[in-house]
Amino acid sequence: MIPVKDFVICRVSGRALPLRGDDIDTDRIMPARYLRCVTFEGLETHVFEDDREQAAGQHPFDNPAYRGASVLIGGRNFGCGSSREHAPQGLQRWGIHGIVAVSFAEIFLGNCVLLGLPCLTASVGDVQELQKLVEENPRSEVCLDLESRKVSISSNGKEMASAPASMPEGVRQSFLGGTWDGTALLLSAPADVRRIAQSLAYTRAFA
Amino acid sequence: MRKNLLQKIWDAHTVRQLPGGQTQLFIGLHLIHEVTSPQAFADLRRHGWKVPYPDRTFATVDHIVPTAERSRPFLDTLAEEMMTAIERNCREYGIALFNLGDERQGIVHVVGPELGLTQPGMTIACGDSHTSTHGAFGAIAFGIGTSQVRDVLASQCLALSPLKVRRIRVSGRLSRGSYAKDVILAIIRKLGVQGGVGYAYEYAGEAVEAMSMEERMSVCNMSIEGGARAGYVNPDEKTFEYLKGRSYSPRGEAWERAVAWWGSMASDRDAHYDDEAELDGTRIKPTITWGINPGQSVEIDEPIPRANEVPPADRASVEEALQFMELKGGASISGTKIDVAFIGSCTNGRLSDLREAARIAKGNRVAAHVKALVVPGSDQVRRAAEAEGLHEIFRAAGFQWRDAGCSMCLAMNPDKLVGRQVCASSSNRNFKGRQGSPTGRTLLMSPAMVVAAAIAGEVSDVRQLL
Repeated sequence: MIPVKDFVICRVSGRALPLRGDDIDTDRIMPARYLRCVTFEGLETHVFEDDREQAAGQHPFDNPAYRGASVLIGGRNFGCGSSREHAPQGLQRWGIHGIVAVSFAEIFLGNCVLLGLPCLTASVGDVQELQKLVEENPRSEVCLDLESRKVSISSNGKEMASAPASMPEGVRQSFLGGTWDGTALLLSAPADVRRIAQSLAYTRAFA
Repeated sequence: MRKNLLQKIWDAHTVRQLPGGQTQLFIGLHLIHEVTSPQAFADLRRHGWKVPYPDRTFATVDHIVPTAERSRPFLDTLAEEMMTAIERNCREYGIALFNLGDERQGIVHVVGPELGLTQPGMTIACGDSHTSTHGAFGAIAFGIGTSQVRDVLASQCLALSPLKVRRIRVSGRLSRGSYAKDVILAIIRKLGVQGGVGYAYEYAGEAVEAMSMEERMSVCNMSIEGGARAGYVNPDEKTFEYLKGRSYSPRGEAWERAVAWWGSMASDRDAHYDDEAELDGTRIKPTITWGINPGQSVEIDEPIPRANEVPPADRASVEEALQFMELKGGASISGTKIDVAFIGSCTNGRLSDLREAARIAKGNRVAAHVKALVVPGSDQVRRAAEAEGLHEIFRAAGFQWRDAGCSMCLAMNPDKLVGRQVCASSSNRNFKGRQGSPTGRTLLMSPAMVVAAAIAGEVSDVRQLL
């Protein structure tokens, strides 16, 4: 496969936003009332809207120290629940370009891949340590390195900690090769698709 | 090695292996609705892509449609814009649309099975996480996002990573007052809301075999709440009996061939499973969620857990849930006052759910302070229920009788909780804000338990009414 240069994603780095808590569902990331739309434009303004309202300014997404963050650090089962792509669309449009968490819900993960938003997993201990370091020093820089499969944190150019981070190998290759926007790939074998379509008893109405 | 159903369907639908380990899988049935499809069609237009298999996609409207006043244009201009978009998209791309006013309209996961579109051995996809419902027929059904909806429209395929299969055996027969909903809540409680990540769940055992197709749909529906990518039951005589004579079911000689092929797709007797789990069905009692995810549940006569009694990793989320729900650890869930009772959704909005609810409601009266709604899952369910007079039983008991839609399950329509209201709900999610009020509270339970709560005005044991 020829790498698609503009789409190659080897690493995401920048300031980070620690979001503590497990099982953060997509209803919380993007409340359903904002799904009443025919484009994804403007969704960034509603990310975690109800949680933020209830936290009265104390939510990480409202903390001025994390403004401009591009890496989200989440907990276990991040993005569970509804399949709404509006959730990762909103996060990405807000400025999140990479997520590291203990684990991800699968539909959310699949949506992120097709948006070019890499999601890596790390151990509970490493994720919590990372969250703590960022909370202590919000100006530190977090780097999600897809090539070397690690997440690192540095301050003033000096690395403070690093930990192994992983993602499914096929997905990793699609980021490194710039082929994560996979529609073109699926469209490139119409004859194979037709062959399978014709081989199934039900598509032939069991004739 | 003998194969399970997932492996058989996966193999039969594999177009090719993609670099890096994903599989390009042919999707036999694609279902779409108004909320997660407009951006997919916009992408098709932007790229100039066509829909090569338009007869393999079917559309309905369910999420945003009002269940009371449905005349067009809708008062909600955003909802109206989405309706106009799906009408135009289906017209332009030659896709069948079961629109408002069409007797086939309803919640996408109710409509597919009742029309006979959902069949064993298929791969099914829909831009909705509760697509796992269709697995009740022995299909592999995936909930997908909008970019994947675009992929299926453009290529009739998805790129998917391989799945493991966990067989969950529910032994014995359910006791009186315990329903399919209690079974799936018990499974999620036992295995956790992320326990299914990486897996498809195969539901088996005497309790599952004894279930009707509609009950199996309730179980498979909430697979996603357990983290599983899909959930299924092997097709059997009940499956075939259900499908016989439905609009899109095969007829005549084709029917016999269909039954033979469907049967051949069931898991082999000595098939391989990556994991197994077992529950004693005879011990499952009416179950209610007390927290903010579907794994946080107790049986009706069991105390709500205390934060200091749960494993350390769960402590923070239990504390958060107790605080949000304003419930006390150690207290009984029974007697929790409710404001709203909701019967409906793709989990429990089918005819058998409404029959059982009506049987319990008959001759009783909804408590004066409770607003109670019954929302049929489809227009076909509504008409069948009305033909049996169920609507009159509900109305006489003080329930509102509505038109088909997703209604208060996710509140993208006028049916919403207000403020801190507590809702006894037959739906599938008790997430914070799920039912339309950011601070609203949801208690998930079976439709029968919702009726019991509506009558008592508080969470109460339905077995006392049976």
